Amino acid sequence: MNERRDRELECRELVELVTDYIEGRLSVEDRIRFEAHLDECPYCRTYLEQMEQTIAVLGYVPEESLSDDAREALLAAFRGWSQSELA
Amino acid sequence: MRHEDTELVSALSRGDERTFAALVEAWGGTMLRLACVYVASRAVAEEVVQEAWLVVLRSLDRFERRSSLRTWVLGIVVNLARAHARAERRSAPLPPDEEPAVDPARFRPPSDRWAGHWATPPAPWPLPEDEILASELRDVLLRAIESLPPAQRAVLVLRDLEGFGAAETCDVLGLSETNQRVLLHRARSKVQTAIERY
Repeated sequence: MNERRDRELECRELVELVTDYIEGRLSVEDRIRFEAHLDECPYCRTYLEQMEQTIAVLGYVPEESLSDDAREALLAAFRGWSQSELA
Repeated sequence: MRHEDTELVSALSRGDERTFAALVEAWGGTMLRLACVYVASRAVAEEVVQEAWLVVLRSLDRFERRSSLRTWVLGIVVNLARAHARAERRSAPLPPDEEPAVDPARFRPPSDRWAGHWATPPAPWPLPEDEILASELRDVLLRAIESLPPAQRAVLVLRDLEGFGAAETCDVLGLSETNQRVLLHRARSKVQTAIERY
């Protein structure tokens, strides 16, 4: 983005930088341009907010767990392995 | 090696079944989700997880301690699942994944006075707190996740569903930090679009 440092970000550019921004990986200059754009642009504020909400709801997707059959098969395999290993 | 990993490895080596059962429980969900990224069905993913544990036990004395035990175990899951996927012929080499995060048609064209600014801005999006676990929204999320390309899905699963940090995600999947962030961003953008449509 160096060649564009002299002008404001476009919305199309900002949306590509949202994860870098959230992860704190933008340079100081780019962060200033990013936040300056946000101050002016309600749509991009909405976009950033929705990306943050997306991350939040993804964290609520319930955990997976192995089936009981798979778990029992694994414990049986472990017993077999440890007996042969320790024999 | 981390102290707790030393203890885990020695407990497993001496056949401590409770330790093994606890690890199967603690990491099983993550292993399963990761395997599901690459293979066709949940049943095959369960097989991959079982196979991975057997590889782990057989190679325990070769665990090199450059990473944490969990990272190493998950890396084995990824390798096995990718091998299964190749056998299933599901993983023909994918085209490089370079599409923009947001559909370019949503921005004003270069000829426009406001080129590059929103033409179709994000639709306002009331997501009341109590709807977070609504089953409809959950289905939308799961479908959006399932339709992601594997590389994006694997990163999203580890970062946003399982809550891993960037460094461990890179280690498990063999990615550079930058690539990891690009994949994560694409994946999040697609899920955001799916919720916006919902």
